[in-house]
Amino acid sequence: MQNKYADEGMSLIVKTITRFTVWLIFLYGLYIFIHGHLSPGGGFAGGVIIALSYVHLTLAYGKNFVSERINRSAMHNLEALSAIFYILIGLIGLYIAENFLQNFLGKGTLYHIISAGYIPILNLVICVKVGMGLYLVFYYLASYQVKKTGVN
Amino acid sequence: MILSQFIFVPLFAAFLIALVARKRENIATAIALIATGWIFIFSLIAFFKLPAEAGMIMKTTSGWKIPFTIALVLDHLSAFMLIVINLVAFFSAFYAIQYIKHFTGKWNFFALFMLMLAGMNGVALTGDFFNLYVFMEISLISAYALVAFGTESEELEASFKYATMGAITSTMILFGIGILYSFTSTLNMAQVGQTIQANPSNKLLFLVYGLFIAGFGLKTALVPFHAWLPDAHPSAPAPISAMLSGVLIKTLGVYALIRIFFNIFGAPPVVLTILLLLATLSIVIGGFLSLVQWDFKRLLGFSSISQIGYVILGFALGTKLGILGGVLHLLYHSIFKSLLFLDSGAVEYATGERDIRKLGGLAKKMPVTSFTNMIGTLSIAGIPPFNGFFSKLIIIIACFAAGHFVIGFIAALASIVTLAYFLKVQKHAFYGESKLKNNFEKVPFTLKTSMIILAVLCLVSSLLLIPSVRQTTVQPIVDAVWNATQYIDKIVPFLGSV
Amino acid sequence: MILYLMCFFLFLVGLYGAITKRDLIKIILAIGIMGYSVNLFLILIAYRSGALAPILEKGLEFSMVDPLPQALVLTSIVIELGITALLAALAIRIYEKYDTLDITKIRRLKG
Repeated sequence: MQNKYADEGMSLIVKTITRFTVWLIFLYGLYIFIHGHLSPGGGFAGGVIIALSYVHLTLAYGKNFVSERINRSAMHNLEALSAIFYILIGLIGLYIAENFLQNFLGKGTLYHIISAGYIPILNLVICVKVGMGLYLVFYYLASYQVKKTGVN
Repeated sequence: MILSQFIFVPLFAAFLIALVARKRENIATAIALIATGWIFIFSLIAFFKLPAEAGMIMKTTSGWKIPFTIALVLDHLSAFMLIVINLVAFFSAFYAIQYIKHFTGKWNFFALFMLMLAGMNGVALTGDFFNLYVFMEISLISAYALVAFGTESEELEASFKYATMGAITSTMILFGIGILYSFTSTLNMAQVGQTIQANPSNKLLFLVYGLFIAGFGLKTALVPFHAWLPDAHPSAPAPISAMLSGVLIKTLGVYALIRIFFNIFGAPPVVLTILLLLATLSIVIGGFLSLVQWDFKRLLGFSSISQIGYVILGFALGTKLGILGGVLHLLYHSIFKSLLFLDSGAVEYATGERDIRKLGGLAKKMPVTSFTNMIGTLSIAGIPPFNGFFSKLIIIIACFAAGHFVIGFIAALASIVTLAYFLKVQKHAFYGESKLKNNFEKVPFTLKTSMIILAVLCLVSSLLLIPSVRQTTVQPIVDAVWNATQYIDKIVPFLGSV
Repeated sequence: MILYLMCFFLFLVGLYGAITKRDLIKIILAIGIMGYSVNLFLILIAYRSGALAPILEKGLEFSMVDPLPQALVLTSIVIELGITALLAALAIRIYEKYDTLDITKIRRLKG
């Protein structure tokens, strides 16, 4: 991989291992949220793991390398959009059924992937929200340059 | 009536602002105004459509039976809180349109503002302990961020102080909720109340009382827990100071205390005694500390401590008259304190100065600000035709009627102290020689409009005391607080079988 | 009972730290400890002796621990995450302005 920030981040060993493991971590996050309505986990846990895969990348390769390759503006948009979708799903519940956030889909059969009504959709929305939000929090905390003002 | 709209409209507006208005700031303003206006109108409709006797609407979210879901409850007390919150929120948002011009990140401001509003509306509506905690945290986190909005060193320091204290006491509240859950096995407020009133002598309850008084007492800024308020409230931008002092401490503090201790725990006498003492302390200490302040907004912050003492004093008396006074003073204080904070913001906008010793002679230069500030001063100090007089009078009479002569006397004396420190502001800031060196900026239109409307409300809201009006508006609220078990009794028919 | 007392003790440790420590970062950590102790407490009140984790499995019937406090813990973890991130951001900005993390030197607000 051609990398002009080669001397940033951690050592070559870490970078190489990261290249192999970061996809696995990302995939594990997807697994956790897709099976959120059947097994432990769910949108929040999956989102945290997805955010951690980005954090892993940032820690190993340095923030400049990552910030060039990740579209942060899109992350902001996705984060806000997922929250809006959550409310829209609630509004559809209010419109079709009677109450805010009421289930409006069929329940399906227990222990199948397509089941539990709208919970998988909510899990997806929460996963995107948490993943993007947590990574952005990490990124802005990590990339903040402390300017020495010397006031005190 | 769709109850959840009070929560999802501001939430939706917040995230819509974050999505579309990051580059186009006029859209942020428009969305914020539409959302606040919408819920303000619907909060008025919600209050006046509620039947006067035994009125209560309860909706569950997500269509499950009660112990498994979150209930939203609208009775007269929460409908009243909704009106107070959204009234101040609407005028603060309107005021902020031009006030916030000097700050960068207008969309940030409005997004956080809407989040705070969603949290407060949620606190006023919810009928579930844990949900109360979650909404409280939503509004508090946005409040911490808004206090630090200017990112100057004082603001950051104030925000850190506020956030630390707020986080510690929120943990205490969660601890209390955990204890309550452990012996009632439910989080629904009405069911918790049912279980507690079946066996009220449980020793563990006293730990819960203590944790809740510390937790919500800090949000109310009662005196031993008041240290954050005079730092945090002046540091925020003026519209946010108006929101924080006007409604945040009342919703998260006073409303939560009243709801939990009166409606759920059935007003235990030991808690009322503690609140009575804390309220008296707040009145005295807040009043005397404001006397020595020279910073305009800091003085208003200390004055909030003193005035919130009156509100709690009225409720803690536990008599019908006292509760009437407390309810009225809650509404009136939210109106005139937000008016005064908006005035201080206008002064700061025009002159760039907050120290009243360096101001002077503003009455000629800014007639609108000076006139509305005079009305606010007369209201808060309790001069007869204005609203503050009536609520304080009722509270003081209620003190004497309940036999607390010393406390009534102290409350009456502290009212004179209030007049003293506001006259100090009038004398140094608005009259006398001008000591200004900076150049002077004109106060824009939206600032003036908000201040004038709030000043008119200071006078108009006194009309609530006319007996026929009072019977339909204030009396149901007082009944909702005073009939402690009414809240539980009215929800019980809705409860599903566990 | 001893577990509950130890949990309360952990809560007090956090409170002690938040009150007595002078370093901003240590205060943030102490608030974290308080939060963890409350989470632990919520998990403890959900415990039923002999019960298993509240996960439905095909063809198995068993008694479960109370799942509600576990959901509460998840929510309170999210809230603590938000507060910790905000406090850390504030601490960074304070460090920039005051050039110190010692709260006895961060005293520009008085009166």
